[in-house]
Amino acid sequence: MPEILKITPPLSEEIIARLKAGDKVLIRGTLYAARDAAHKRMIELMDKGEELPIDLCGQIIYYVGPTPEKPGQVIGSAGPTTSSRMDPYTPRLIAEKGLKGTIGKGWRSQEVKDAMKTYKAVYFGAIGGAGALIARTIKKSELVAYEDLGPEAIRRLEVEDFPAIVINDIYGGDLYEEGIKRYTRI
Amino acid sequence: MSIGFQKALQQEESPIGIEVLTQIIENAQIATTEFVPMCQDTGVTVVFVELGEEVCFEGSGLIEAINRGVAEGYQAGYLRKSMVRDPLRRQNTQDNTPAIVHIDLVPGDKLKIMVAAKGGGAENMSALRMLRPVDGLLGIINFVLEVVKKAGPNACPPLVVGVGIGGNLEKSALLAKKALFRPLGQRHPDPFYAQLEEELIEKINKLGIGPQGMGGTVTTLDVHIEVFPCHIASLPVAVNLDCHAHRHKEVVF
Repeated sequence: MPEILKITPPLSEEIIARLKAGDKVLIRGTLYAARDAAHKRMIELMDKGEELPIDLCGQIIYYVGPTPEKPGQVIGSAGPTTSSRMDPYTPRLIAEKGLKGTIGKGWRSQEVKDAMKTYKAVYFGAIGGAGALIARTIKKSELVAYEDLGPEAIRRLEVEDFPAIVINDIYGGDLYEEGIKRYTRI
Repeated sequence: MSIGFQKALQQEESPIGIEVLTQIIENAQIATTEFVPMCQDTGVTVVFVELGEEVCFEGSGLIEAINRGVAEGYQAGYLRKSMVRDPLRRQNTQDNTPAIVHIDLVPGDKLKIMVAAKGGGAENMSALRMLRPVDGLLGIINFVLEVVKKAGPNACPPLVVGVGIGGNLEKSALLAKKALFRPLGQRHPDPFYAQLEEELIEKINKLGIGPQGMGGTVTTLDVHIEVFPCHIASLPVAVNLDCHAHRHKEVVF
């Protein structure tokens, strides 16, 4: 079994270079929660040449829209949403804002994979539907921007040992493609 | 579902698939004991009503009552509100209404309400195709496999697959949705379709997608088919995917 790498954003080029498709990681530190509605607003700001509400340089965005927290909870259920909805926005965040990682579930577009290769960024998968389990690793949740978007607002999350798997690395490795190929019998 | 997960765990061959399934089971246990949603996408509320023809209502209408129940339930249960008022202008309705309600009139004096909290990820990968009658059984099998393959990791496998065959455009979609309400492991009463369900389960699991699409031998937990008579020129087929957070409940009054 390969060792489980513990990583903390901002992600350095050296760390990114070590990550290969299929590697398990535990993330500690800050993640930014954002979905497509928040991405759309960020891209609109970039089009106008304005500053984003968060500095994405070296950071990781987690595609999540949690359930409301019950009294005494830090956050409600908080599993990943489908990443492809963010595909139209992601390449620019990687190329222009230095975004180094994204966490979600499901296929990425070729444009996103190309941007990750060119600008050295990684796509991680979290287990879709494991929202209660993942929420246990989130120790702090703070609203940062776009409160009116409700579950789609941008949040700053502080996580400890957040479990993820590298899906796409900077070398063109793709866990989905490789994993499915290995078990296809039809 | 927990029996389905345990069975899947025994059948899964890929180490990463086993690990994913183990975490899915652990997640379901946490959700049960702590009374929190297993998945943050607590869905669109889909309601199938079987309304006895002899049933009378007092006070507000049935649809209004259902929507009030959804609004109260999603608030009290700390569930996510995932409905937008308009598909293009996209303002959240803040209470997860309106529910999508289908009403069937049936003989008798009972009222049966079946509710599903249907997540968006699997719904987005669902599809419908108007096949030609000549495409037949093979055309249907190939279409179902094509939909599941294209969905890959996006629909959060292991899946439950609902297939609606026949009727017309909208009827096939409704059949596919209705098929998802059948209990796991229960076969179609017609042996012909029961066998087709078995064949589809086997073929889908040979696609190699596996739990969360990371490769493996368990891609679907079950396939349910519902059928309806159709036009001499048509063979409509709808495939409605459901993720492993397969949340259904029914009550009878």
